Amino acid sequence: MMCRYYRILKPAVNTRILLRFALMLVGALFLLVGEGMGQEKEPRLDFTLPSPEKKVHQTYLGLPGDTDFSLGQIKAEAVIIEIFSMYCPVCQREADNVNALFQLIQNSPEYKNRVRLIGIGAGNSSFEVDFFREKYSIEFPLFSDTDFSIHKRIGQVRTPHFFGLALAGDGRFKVFFSQSGEVSDPRAFLKTLLENSGIKDLP
Amino acid sequence: MRRKFMQLSFFCCLILSILACFAGPAPADSQAYGNKIFDPGKLKPVDSRLTLKTGDQAPDFTLTSTQGKAVHLGDFMGKKNVMLTFIPAAWTPVCSDQWPGYNIARDLFEKFDTTLIGISCDNLPSLFAWIKEMGDLWFDVVSDFHPHGAVSSSYGVLRSDGMSERAIFLIDKKGIIRFIHVGDINIRPDLGMIVNELKKISF
Repeated sequence: MMCRYYRILKPAVNTRILLRFALMLVGALFLLVGEGMGQEKEPRLDFTLPSPEKKVHQTYLGLPGDTDFSLGQIKAEAVIIEIFSMYCPVCQREADNVNALFQLIQNSPEYKNRVRLIGIGAGNSSFEVDFFREKYSIEFPLFSDTDFSIHKRIGQVRTPHFFGLALAGDGRFKVFFSQSGEVSDPRAFLKTLLENSGIKDLP
Repeated sequence: MRRKFMQLSFFCCLILSILACFAGPAPADSQAYGNKIFDPGKLKPVDSRLTLKTGDQAPDFTLTSTQGKAVHLGDFMGKKNVMLTFIPAAWTPVCSDQWPGYNIARDLFEKFDTTLIGISCDNLPSLFAWIKEMGDLWFDVVSDFHPHGAVSSSYGVLRSDGMSERAIFLIDKKGIIRFIHVGDINIRPDLGMIVNELKKISF
């Protein structure tokens, strides 16, 4: 009886078939994880953010109203994004330098209406983002990414991390800068960053 | 037999390679620690059974801080509310991203007449080096290393792997536990939640 069942089952456990099945399984798994693997190489910045609560921030970003927006909808030629966390010692230490970077942009006739700066708090609740904003008197718009969903999408970068985006004006954009680390010298940082932007007449 | 063994080894390697593809940097890993953070991966959310409840007298203890002084919980009786913040392990991603946040929130805690005691089952040298990497903290960090996890155990937050849970205990000036949070070890508790509870015990 046992032998009969063994003969029936034997072809099913044939090594070649097993090998083919395993290779197919491996291929399928690679396809499934392919998207996730790609995230770390090429950050996906095609997410939306809620409209800022403050009218001054809505105006700063050139947003029409209270609806969610994508980065390509910001009215600017270049957008700098800081990925930060209120729990990150470097982000805390660098807060004044990032504020100085914002002031440099705002005080420059060349950049003021063309370059925008926003911050996204990775894993920070709205309370934590507000706390960070008040603690360091941050004037540019900050957004909360409580559940790390944006952070995972952009490749789980270390904080602080800076992205530079060149906006086409039709909703499309190109990432021209992506770097983790300190600002240190805001003037030099801005120069380096915008030199890579490829935007015409943006010194 | 040898061929089958080789095939099995090959499949195991492939599966392990695929699993390795899923492993990425830890959430919001700060630049502050360079590449010194050990990522233990996703851990069992809670691995202990609470023995205390709100309204209980907080078990008293004396532990040595990273500054070499004896920290006695009873010394705060009648003077300050105390927030015990248990963390699982030094040099790990979520823990390294928790106390630096409390470090910039000193004014907030003091507003509610509350001091903090950080507790870990790590030994003092490890804790000392880790705290230095954070840039020093305003509150005491004590070691529950020897006898191992005795205080964590008395609060019912010692895990089977010898680490403590990620837990918060708010203790009022009478030494009564007013709030307990034993959260998912993989997630940092929200500062907003803590502040809401501080408001309750301070007013």
